[in-house]
Formats: sequence, C-alpha cells, structure tokens
Amino acid sequence: MTEMNMNPAKEPAAANPAPLSKTQQKVAASLNRRHRQEKVFKSIGLGAVLISLTLVAILFINIFAKGLPAFWQSAITLDIYFDPEIIQISDKPVQQPDETENAFRQRYVEWRSEVGMVNFNRLILDGLYKVIPEASERQNRRHAARLVTSGERYALRDMVIDNPAIIGQTKTVHLLTDANIDVWLKGNIDRSLPDSQQQLSPKVREWVTMLSEQGIIENRFSFALFMNPDSRSSLASAGLAGAFMGSLYMMLVVIFLAVPMGVAAAIYLEEFAPKNKITDLVEVNINNLAAVPSIVFGLLGAAVFIGWFNLPISAPIVGGLVLSLMTLPTVIIATRSTLKAIPPSIRQAALGLGASKMQAIFHHVLPLAVPGILTGAILGVAQALGEAAPLLLIGMKSFVAQVPTGPFEQSTALPVQIFLWQGNELRNFFEARTSAAIIVLLALMLSLNALAIWLRKKYEKRW
Amino acid sequence: MTAIETNSSGKVKMTARDVKVFYGDNEAIHGVNLDVIENEVIAFIGPSGCGKSTFLRCLNRMNDTIDICRVTGSIKMDGRDIYDPSLDVVQLRAQVGMVFQKPNPFPKSIYENIAYGPRLHGLASRKSELDDVVESSLRRAGLWNEVKDRLDQPGTGLSGGQQQRLCIARSIAVSPDVILMDEPCSALDPIATSIIEELIDELKQNFTIVIVTHNMQQAARVSDRTAFFHLGDLIEIGATNEVFTNPKNKRTEDYITGRYG
Repeated sequence: MTEMNMNPAKEPAAANPAPLSKTQQKVAASLNRRHRQEKVFKSIGLGAVLISLTLVAILFINIFAKGLPAFWQSAITLDIYFDPEIIQISDKPVQQPDETENAFRQRYVEWRSEVGMVNFNRLILDGLYKVIPEASERQNRRHAARLVTSGERYALRDMVIDNPAIIGQTKTVHLLTDANIDVWLKGNIDRSLPDSQQQLSPKVREWVTMLSEQGIIENRFSFALFMNPDSRSSLASAGLAGAFMGSLYMMLVVIFLAVPMGVAAAIYLEEFAPKNKITDLVEVNINNLAAVPSIVFGLLGAAVFIGWFNLPISAPIVGGLVLSLMTLPTVIIATRSTLKAIPPSIRQAALGLGASKMQAIFHHVLPLAVPGILTGAILGVAQALGEAAPLLLIGMKSFVAQVPTGPFEQSTALPVQIFLWQGNELRNFFEARTSAAIIVLLALMLSLNALAIWLRKKYEKRW
Repeated sequence: MTAIETNSSGKVKMTARDVKVFYGDNEAIHGVNLDVIENEVIAFIGPSGCGKSTFLRCLNRMNDTIDICRVTGSIKMDGRDIYDPSLDVVQLRAQVGMVFQKPNPFPKSIYENIAYGPRLHGLASRKSELDDVVESSLRRAGLWNEVKDRLDQPGTGLSGGQQQRLCIARSIAVSPDVILMDEPCSALDPIATSIIEELIDELKQNFTIVIVTHNMQQAARVSDRTAFFHLGDLIEIGATNEVFTNPKNKRTEDYITGRYG
C-alpha cells in the first residue's frame, strides 16, 4: 500500500521539480561546503579520540606485559631442618604476673635480637645440600650461597620467633631465589653470552636448570612484593609495603587537611564573602595556585615545614602537608563550581521560609553539592597520590628499608618508589618490578576514581 | 512622581513610604508609597522591568541577598520598621512568607518540605504536632487529598501545579501574616492556574496576600486592589474594578487595554 502511494507521488516531483527561488539556490549552493566542513570537523574529532585511545591502549599493554610477570617470582621449595645445634636460644619470654609491660617488652626485644644472631643461612644451605648434593663440596659452597636471596634468612628467623616449638622439626618452605635467577628463568638474560659476561656462574645455571626441571624451583605468587619494604641487599625480596604505607599516611593527611579546609574555604568564598576587590584577588590567586608546578610546592615544603617547623625529613607528615597545599586549590575550585551549579531557587526557598544563611546552606545547598564536592575531593586526592616531584625535594626519595608505623617516620611513597626502582642497577629485574609497582599505583587510582563515581551516583538527587 | 493613595477600609498591615531601590548606582524604584491592608489580596501589575518584583522582594527583605542592592525609605509592618537593624531578618521572613515564580520544592519528601519551616522555628515540639501542621497546611493548600498517600515521596515528583501548591503549603506551615507571591502561575498551565487562583481566594480569609502578576485577567480575578507600576514608579493604585474599568492615568489605561507592555 505504502509503496503504491509513494511511487506515483515521487515520480512527477522528480520529473518536474519546482524551480528554486534565488535565495533557495544560494542556500543549495552553500550546502555542499557546509556538509563538508561538518564532515571534516567530525573526522578530526574522531581521529583525536582514536589516537588518544590507541596511546592509552599501548601504554596499558606495555605496562601490563612488563609488570604482570613480576607478580610471580621464582621460589625454591626446601625442607628446612630447624637444627637445635644451630639454633641455640633461650626460651621465648612470657610476661610474668609481677612484671611491668615495659620490663617484659625489654626482655622480649633482647630475646629477639638473640634469635637474630642465629646463622639461619646454615639452615638454608643444609636444606640446599639435600637437593643438590654436590653443592656441599667445598669448592661449590660459594655458588650455593647465591641461590637463595639473602633476605630469606629473616623469613626463617620470623618463623622461629612466631613459634619456637618448630626447633627440632623439619618444615617445607618456599624461599625466593636470587633476583638474577628469577631473571634467568624468565628468559630475560641472553643465554648465548659467554660466561665472563653472565651474572650467574655456570655451576649455578646448571643447578637452576636442574631444579626447575625437577619442579623444586618454580614461579610462585610474590607476596614479598606486597609484604616487604624496599631492599638493596636482597633485591628479590624488595617490596612495596613501605612505599604503600607512606602513601597511605600522606593521603590520610591530605584527606583530613586539604579536603575539609578546601571545602570550608570554598563555602565561605562562594556563599559568605562579600564580592569586592579583595575576594577577587583571592580568587585569582587560588586559580594561580592551581597552576603552580607541583615541584615548587616541594621547595616550599622543604623551606617551611622542614626548615622552620623542624618536622622530620622524608616523613609522610611533611609529604602530606606539601600535597595538601597542592590539592587545596583543586578542592576549592571543584567545590565552588559545584556550589555555583546549585540552583539559587533552593537557597531562596529556604531563605523565604526564614532559614538563616547558614541554615539554608547546610540544610539544602550542601546536601545537593555533596556528590560534586566528593568527586572533586577524590580526584584531588588521586592526583596527590600520583605526585612524585614535590616529594623528591623533601627527602622522600631516600632508601628506607622499613615499613613506617606512623606519619612521622621515615618513608617513601609509591610514585617515588617507582622512580627509585626505575633507576636500579639490576635493570632486567627491576624493569618488571617497576611496572608491577605502576600497576599497583594505577589500580589504586582507578579504585579511587571508581569510588568517586559510585559516591556521585549514590548521593545524586534530581530536582 | 507622587504615588496615589486610596482610601480603603480595613487595618493597614504594611506601609511603604518613599521606598527607593538601587542596584549599584542605578535607581530601579523611584520612591513608592503604598499600604497593604490586612486580609486583602493586592496585585502588582506592570510591564517587565517596571520594578514590581523588586518592590515585592523589599517586603520580606529578599533583596538583602543581592550584594549591590540598596533600599532607602521606610517599610513598616504593624508599625515596626522592617529595615530596623534591631529586627532580625529571619523573624521577618517567618512573618512574611514567599512563593516564587518557578515552583521550587526542596529535593526532599513532601512531608519534609512542609515540616522544614515549623521545625526550623520550633513551632511543633512533638511528632504528632508536626504531623498535624503538615496535614492542615496541605489541606489549606488543597493538596492533601492528592498527596496524603505518598507523603514520603519526593516533592519534586509532583506536577508543576502541585509543586506550586506544595510551595504555598510550605509557606503557610509557618503561619505567616503576609504571603508574597511572585508571578506564582507564570510557569503553570491554565487548569493549574485556575486552581491556584481559587486557592488564593480562600487563603485571604487568613492571610494578607501580595501578588505580582503579568496576567491582567488574573489580577482582575483574584485581587481586591491593584497597583500599576511603570519604569520604577507606582503609577496608580486603587480598587481592582476601579483600576480596570476606569483608570485615572493614561498609561494605566494604555497598559490594561494592551497598547504596550
């Protein structure tokens, strides 16, 4: 039916088109050009989007391809006999009823250092001799000592501290191998190089090949990466725990300092402050502050917080203060623009009912602004989390082999740890380690951004 | 320009004398003299930009929220100067309620919209008392039957006309003496408009109502007295039927007969 109707209607029109007026002719003449312009603009835009997506994809693929293998590390499975001959220590102290907390702690620390004196390397070597008998020969011992990374003796020490009853028993443990062995097994050392250029001696390479064929050396998930602080003596056990805690303390400082201060400042400036030259000046300078390169804040922090206030060098508290200064303008600007976007009718409704200005703002405007403020705050915090430059200037790039237990202790931060590992001499091991650290940092950032989106959706109201 | 005073019976609720409003250096209202009589509906009409809304907003000091706005002259309510520094503007606004051009319910439940004012001023101490205030306010606004089953639903989910009645209910919940309405029907369709107009007629039993409107038929229908503003001057004020049938001033006549505006 429709076709029948349409065709006769169309044909006469096509055969006999009405002549266009002069204006219409001009319009028709310009149509091609206009359509072409639109097409060109659209394809440029689309091209830009595609290029940036491709670059992001390349970045991610590159980082993941390099970093993911580092989450698994070669480890050797050994039966360790906790030989009472070697581990000669007194009994683990137990708090006596008449003993003060401090006196007990004193005794406990003494006992721990006594355990620390034990030669746990002997236990590891004895375990190794069981799987590689020829390693026990005098001329091979120095090669055997290079199989397990040196930090693993502390793993055995901690096992004894946790439970002294294992002395005299045999336990199966997985110990991380030396970083070079990990690299060798992952194929990141050119095996065709002559012995003189190899990092591993021929003996070690022979054993490693044998043990990995037997399944005694295999790739295991690397808890060390997450549980350990950085290390330089035992590269294979270097981890992110110290940097992670350092970053965490800094973020706590930022969240509890920059966010409330920024929100309060924004509310005051937007809702209460009179509009005059002074507030204009303040506004301009807040915008300027947001554009100041972050490294400058590091200089300021070094001069003010460390120089004048004598806060400890390379401590998360100083890092947190510096990052707070850096985040403050971001939070203020985001909060102000959110407040600006709340329709004035809501304020007027509240004021018209006899609410004071403060009540109108806190009862009606702020609840509506919460999603926007949270988004701004979280994005500010995420930005602070990824910042390395200012931290370099306040000493947070120093090597710290401990997990900080408070914001005043020496520490490093995740982005700085990436920077430090990137510069490590054992390139072929730390290249993967660096990418793994980047993955951890990215995961944190993405979780923060996801949190921001979730909060915005949760508190979003329509009016 | 001297304003015209009309003799009217009834107690004077608010008096404005030589009220001038400045936005920065720009004088928006040039000395208005006007009385608002208790329990009347007085309509302000005039072309856009004539200052009628500005003057309305002087009556509950809503203009305070505009930084550059300055008001001179005297406005008294029950004999007391509302611009007296010793008078708290919060107190005034509890006494002089306002309904705005665009319905602006809070993005909260219908119940919370009404309960907000009484709770703010501590007018109801118990939950049951508050419930009563909410119910009676909604009833007086003619909205109770439509919303009684969904008081916990957001007020923003109502239709435009219902939202405006919700806003009226919200302002009468704090029992003001005067209700200012700034073009309350301009965003509504004709049916919703006629419902609001009927409502205004009922409300004047208990409240004094000052309404700004663009719609001259509306002014003629709902108001007892009408004031015509033009270019910041009060041109004419008088009983509504008088102003509409027998305007004294040429400009009033031109305006209401549609010659400009």
